[in-house]
Amino acid sequence: MAKAAAKKAAPGKGAPQASKEELLRFYREMLLIRRFEERAGQLYGMGLIGGFCHLYIGQEAVAVGLQATFKQGDQVITGYRDHGHMLAAGMDPKEVMAELTGRIGGSSKGKGGSMHMFDVATGFYGGHGIVGAQVPLGAGLAFANKYRGTDNVSFTYFGDGAANQGQVYEAFNMAQLWKLPVIFIIENNQYAMGTSIERSSATTDLSQRGASFGIPGEQVDGMDVLAVRDAAERAVARARAGEGPFILEVKTYRYRGHSMSDPAKYRTKEEVDEVKKTRDPIEHVKMLLDRAGATEADLKPIEDEVKVIVAEAVQFAQESPEPDPSELYTDVYQEA
Amino acid sequence: MTDILMPALSPTMEEGTLTKWHIKAGDTVKAGDVIAEIETDKATMEVEAVDEGEVAEILVAEGSEGVKVNTPIARLKGEGGGAAPAPQQAAPQASGDPEKTAPEAAAPEPEGEGPAPVTPKAELKDPEVPAGAKLVKTTVRDALRDAMAEEMRRDESVFLMGEEVAQYQGAYKVSRELLQEFGDRRVVDTPITEYGFAGLGVGASMAGLKPIVEFMTFNFAMQAIDHIINSAAKTLYMSGGQIRCPIVFRGPNGAAARVAAQHSQDYSAWYAQIPGLKVIAPYDAADAKGLLKAAIRDPNPVVFLEHEMMYGVEFDVPDVEDWIVPIGKAKVRREGGDVTITAHSRMVGLALKAAEELAAQGIEAEVVDLRTLRPLDHETILESVKKTNRLVSVEEGWGPMGVGAEICARVVEHAFDYLDAPPLRVHQEDVPMPYAANLEALSLPSVEKIVQAVKKVTYVQD
Repeated sequence: MAKAAAKKAAPGKGAPQASKEELLRFYREMLLIRRFEERAGQLYGMGLIGGFCHLYIGQEAVAVGLQATFKQGDQVITGYRDHGHMLAAGMDPKEVMAELTGRIGGSSKGKGGSMHMFDVATGFYGGHGIVGAQVPLGAGLAFANKYRGTDNVSFTYFGDGAANQGQVYEAFNMAQLWKLPVIFIIENNQYAMGTSIERSSATTDLSQRGASFGIPGEQVDGMDVLAVRDAAERAVARARAGEGPFILEVKTYRYRGHSMSDPAKYRTKEEVDEVKKTRDPIEHVKMLLDRAGATEADLKPIEDEVKVIVAEAVQFAQESPEPDPSELYTDVYQEA
Repeated sequence: MTDILMPALSPTMEEGTLTKWHIKAGDTVKAGDVIAEIETDKATMEVEAVDEGEVAEILVAEGSEGVKVNTPIARLKGEGGGAAPAPQQAAPQASGDPEKTAPEAAAPEPEGEGPAPVTPKAELKDPEVPAGAKLVKTTVRDALRDAMAEEMRRDESVFLMGEEVAQYQGAYKVSRELLQEFGDRRVVDTPITEYGFAGLGVGASMAGLKPIVEFMTFNFAMQAIDHIINSAAKTLYMSGGQIRCPIVFRGPNGAAARVAAQHSQDYSAWYAQIPGLKVIAPYDAADAKGLLKAAIRDPNPVVFLEHEMMYGVEFDVPDVEDWIVPIGKAKVRREGGDVTITAHSRMVGLALKAAEELAAQGIEAEVVDLRTLRPLDHETILESVKKTNRLVSVEEGWGPMGVGAEICARVVEHAFDYLDAPPLRVHQEDVPMPYAANLEALSLPSVEKIVQAVKKVTYVQD
């Protein structure tokens, strides 16, 4: 897994550092998510993807920055806006796209769909459709790490909407009580479907939602992949050392609607355009790359590679057959 | 050249109005640019470019109504090289019409029991009790405790969590002395937080541990039912077989004494409806022990329904190593040729008493202890009904949509011609559990109610 080569960023106010190679890797991973999601949106438009489809466009720096601190044996778990996390975790884009189209080549053989994908090999534990349910589940993954005496960490993602679910606080309580190695990552994209955080939350500094349990937290600029990575490194090091959970409230923004059928009338076009223009996480990495001396000759091969990966995923997702009818009754029970 | 197609922007959209173009021939677009506005059946939405290139031609004019999904609306000169090919239409259906998504090829026909995978495959048999094996008088409570202790000794990954399971030694003393033997790493007192610790347990099981989650009673598990069903029961399927949840949810279920509506409810039918769960409701101590051991070893999520009023009751338990009773096998507790009585959990005792009374009146009842509700051993039930030609089902829960309703349906479906009388159900009256002693008794099934039901199906006048 992509363990950040990084020397630790200087503590305090210093700007986070990264090598050119590292920045190129972040650029590639984030671009892959964006191009993949754009294509998923298109396939949805063609009727190849059905039901609900929640795109990650705009939030790429969050999953990519966090994943840089992942090591073998760690776990990632999230809600239903999950394609970005799966790609960042290293799942095969073909299998992810084929799951979106409901084909046998999908990671769940077409039985899970956009919101329900898993991959034990990369430590990705879903993909959960019930808002907030992944939070106690993620604490449970951390419980297993502690039970086994490993220093592995559970990366448990949820949104600003889920942050108001009661079970989140049940999980916070147990996580701190038992000092579980879990990072609670609140991806605050400012809208719980159509309800802005100001309209849904009595307190809007979500990093402090663990205060009554004694869980420390911090706010992070989720449009800056290095800021995310650095905050993650601090939280993860703490958890690996047995000091318990940490809350990262990562301030981000989704460009698209909540799901494909959401016209996003609850925010202005100007608001969205402003973020795209001034805070885009991929443009940010490009700026850092420019500073690090990278040129078009460094970026173009990556862009071409990503294009091919996504095109192949799309092709696979269309050519892979639908599951055989006999699959209807498989995987209901595990044989003893 | 790459065609831009009219997109479906909601699960139900089949056509829409192309209200506005933001591009014209000759423009260069790149991925993410807003190129058009489209009015769907729900709202007006912006369409972004996915492909890059120069706009060669606008094919559908601004203002066009009723443009079918997937109609080419514009054409791009591709940029060549590594450009992604436009996806070809290969979907089995163009729109998200769920009616059309049903597989046309016939799905494998499930055998009577329902979904094929829950039908017990091999012949399931209770373990033989070797000649000379000692029978030890054991309470159901201690049998459950012994089962957990034996499995925890056998498998490091098994642990118990729940409210008051450790230091308090169990609210009903089922976990007595487990803390002393296994320590607080494996016998974990939780806060009063059913939703949270059920979810935490499921997460731990996804990571490969084998949690036993004790609910102080199943009444409180209603707060956790989302994790039991959505997180535990469905995950193997949703993951295409990748993620198992080997977890046992156990605790007392059904009516306790004089605790009224919120603390007296039988959830058998609730859980027994869920594919992906196994549901067990034992009656005596030997089954409690053997089935709990089987449940802990099972790789699937198991709901294990105990009964508070049975905890202190003693039964013989064979003193053999590794007493395991197979999940999915009913047990004929009493043989008889005149009527079949099905029951589970505490109701088995009432059915047996009723059978004794009936025998004194010349009616021989066969009592089938269901033991497992999912997968339901309907072969044993059918075999019995085919012999007796009459059926009375007994359950502590409500009748409508209940366990008895399911048994009656299966018997009617598979043994209709054998029936000499309409099957009858004995169950809790269709009211919340009352507190007053007399009303509580009236509400619950009783030996007398079972006797009366049997007389009705055997056409015996009082």
